[in-house]
Amino acid sequence: MAQSQGYYVPHGSNWPIVGAIGLFLLMLGLSTALNGVGAGPAVAWTGAIVIIVMVVGWFATVIRESEGGVYNQQVDRSFRMGMTWFIISEVMFFAAFFGALFYARQMAVPWLGGESNNFFTNLLLYPGYENAWPTNGPKAIGGDYQVMAALGLPAINTAILLTSGVTITIAHHALKDNNRKVLGWGLFATFMLGFLFVSLQAYEYIHAYQEMNLKLSTGIYGSTFFMLTGFHGLHVTLGAIMLVVIWARCLKGHFTPTHHFGFEAVAWYWHFVDVVWLGLYIFVYWL
Amino acid sequence: MSSVTTTQDHHDDHHPTGLKRWLTTTNHKDIGTLYLVFSLTMFLFGGSMALVIRAELFQPGLQLVDPGFFNQMTTMHALIMVFGAIMPAFVGLANWMVPLMVGAPDMALPRLNNWSFWILPMAFTLLGMTLLFPGGAPAAGWTMYPPLVLQTGDAFPFLIFAVHLMGISSVLGAINIIVTIMNMRAPGMGLLKMPLFVWTWLITAYLLILVMPVLAGAVTMLLTDKYFGTSFFLAAGGGDPVMFQHIFWFFGHPEVYIMILPAFGVVSQIIPTFSRKPLFGYDSMVYATASIAFLSFIVWAHHMFTVGMPLAGQLFFMFSTMLIAVPTGVKVFNWVATMWKGAMTFETPMLFALAFVFLFTIGGFSGLMLAIAPADMQYHDTYFVVAHFHYVLVPGAAFAIMAAVYYWLPKWTGYMYNETLGKLHFWLSAISVNVTFFPQHFVGLAGMPRRIPDYATQFTDFNAISSVGAFVFGFSQLLFAYIIWSCARGGQKATDQVWEGADGLEWTVPSPAPHHTFDTPPVIK
Repeated sequence: MAQSQGYYVPHGSNWPIVGAIGLFLLMLGLSTALNGVGAGPAVAWTGAIVIIVMVVGWFATVIRESEGGVYNQQVDRSFRMGMTWFIISEVMFFAAFFGALFYARQMAVPWLGGESNNFFTNLLLYPGYENAWPTNGPKAIGGDYQVMAALGLPAINTAILLTSGVTITIAHHALKDNNRKVLGWGLFATFMLGFLFVSLQAYEYIHAYQEMNLKLSTGIYGSTFFMLTGFHGLHVTLGAIMLVVIWARCLKGHFTPTHHFGFEAVAWYWHFVDVVWLGLYIFVYWL
Repeated sequence: MSSVTTTQDHHDDHHPTGLKRWLTTTNHKDIGTLYLVFSLTMFLFGGSMALVIRAELFQPGLQLVDPGFFNQMTTMHALIMVFGAIMPAFVGLANWMVPLMVGAPDMALPRLNNWSFWILPMAFTLLGMTLLFPGGAPAAGWTMYPPLVLQTGDAFPFLIFAVHLMGISSVLGAINIIVTIMNMRAPGMGLLKMPLFVWTWLITAYLLILVMPVLAGAVTMLLTDKYFGTSFFLAAGGGDPVMFQHIFWFFGHPEVYIMILPAFGVVSQIIPTFSRKPLFGYDSMVYATASIAFLSFIVWAHHMFTVGMPLAGQLFFMFSTMLIAVPTGVKVFNWVATMWKGAMTFETPMLFALAFVFLFTIGGFSGLMLAIAPADMQYHDTYFVVAHFHYVLVPGAAFAIMAAVYYWLPKWTGYMYNETLGKLHFWLSAISVNVTFFPQHFVGLAGMPRRIPDYATQFTDFNAISSVGAFVFGFSQLLFAYIIWSCARGGQKATDQVWEGADGLEWTVPSPAPHHTFDTPPVIK
């Protein structure tokens, strides 16, 4: 695969403007849907489809160029840096929700219970409310609920995600050793574990809603629990879809032991959702 | 082995023309121009909202607009100026100048660059269309504090999703700038040889990546609190409205440095050029910029001294905020020392840069006054705060942008702008900006609250003066738009170096800079 010498600067591309229009339609549709306009969902779905078409088309172009040897080492480095900083921005998105969790547990709830200089807050507004976690607040928003235990399904899910971190590493080593068979199976195992994780999360959600009365609207506990695990689950789903794409590319013979940024980007992303889960397991389920 | 045949012929001249050129361009100069034109449009749009505000405040009583619309104007003016005018202007300058200054053929990720830009008009269409809604535009202030913001009508989800889009645009743009600077520098350009504008943008881009997602998280919680029954900002459910303020200002304080660090960079380019001396204390400028960026993460609660936080919190945030004066003082000292015994001339960019140093410092000093927690109990939410942040944003950030435009316009268009009109624009702006904002210190200290359409009669004189200044300032900017337009159409031919004392790679390419520059990287000695 010949590598070009100069830095590849592409010609004009249609995909970004398609993506911008897709985002506009999606956001317009979601906004109008939330306002109760009948056409809202249809506009949102149109936007989502346009975005999917854009993502497929854009990545297809990049994959074609990559396999065509257009990208030199320097372009490869740009992609690596770009992916690194994208993941860091994702980390900061989760940081906002972890921050909300820590603030609620360390500040808001103790203060509602009268700690620090908030004696009268407690006495006058919420007499009898005591600082405890989990809580759905002094007005028990959402009613009686059961707490999600750390052992059981969440522990199994932890094991599943950690195992998938091992299988993708096995696949990576196999790719470097040019062992395509182990590579294929390693990736297959990784995304199957990923989908298994998401399925078990869905089962857990159904269980929480139907039998534990634990919902998104169950005060601050339900809010933090479902927002954190929900956004994580979305990211796992996205990561698993990316793994499927990489797996298909491997079956088509893409990637070489020295040239496989696409694989590594997905692997980094997968480790990122793995690490976020560990934070979730410790702070949302366990402590 | 593939269908790709165009590996090296990407520098041909078959550019699409007309609208398609601008919609599909991957060229950093085209995209830089798009950002700058968009920013100027938003600047005039947001500025006209400021004139509605000042017209209403010309005299006490309710004259022109009803209070609800007044609140929409203050909210939209801030959102448009922050996210639509100042930030895109600096991104546009980065797009145009960073590749030229580091000797790169283009931005590192050109397609992504196009996407970053075109998301912005989409975001502002979503936000702007709410002005036409029966319930009007968002009116709870750009800081979007709950529970008030949760009372926004149909405009609410449009506000939230517009902010999401602005965030996506900023993060993607910042990633591109970091990668360009870290990976595309010409051989021999070590980090400590980079022009200061490049350095300040590198640090700004880190700030953007670290805080824009936090804003996205904060507004997402607002959305779920309003529509999906979560209790993040609801005390009855164990949440806390003050929690939003903490998360918002964790974004918001770095955000104000996002709007001023590139301005520092611009001024650090211009003052050496027109003083005909190298920048004094280059290394200390870099370290001061990095220190300010670091400190910006541990000062956020000085925006909320009056919410009733523990004393230890007030003390910590007061002292950490005052600490920022140290690296900022280093910068001001270095600018002054650069001019010391320089062979100075006072072309328009230099005039704006000098006004920046002087007037930004006034804004910095009033910031120190606000940092003193016990004094802030008096100043909080008064016009003193409005005067403070307008001093750092208008004769601060906006003047730096104008300085940069005059400085680099000959490089972009190939023609010199009209110097007489440029100077006229400067003096009109510099005088009227002070007439507008200086009296606001006085009414603020005397107790006039911000974000209110009516006021007690003792504040009338200063408000009337302020409104006159605002209208002069606003209409002076039409002159700015005319100067840019006429410069793009023709005039005296600019030389490659443009300015006698100019130094740097961007002055080695022809004026106007050709569509593609530095296809083969220059070697820096």
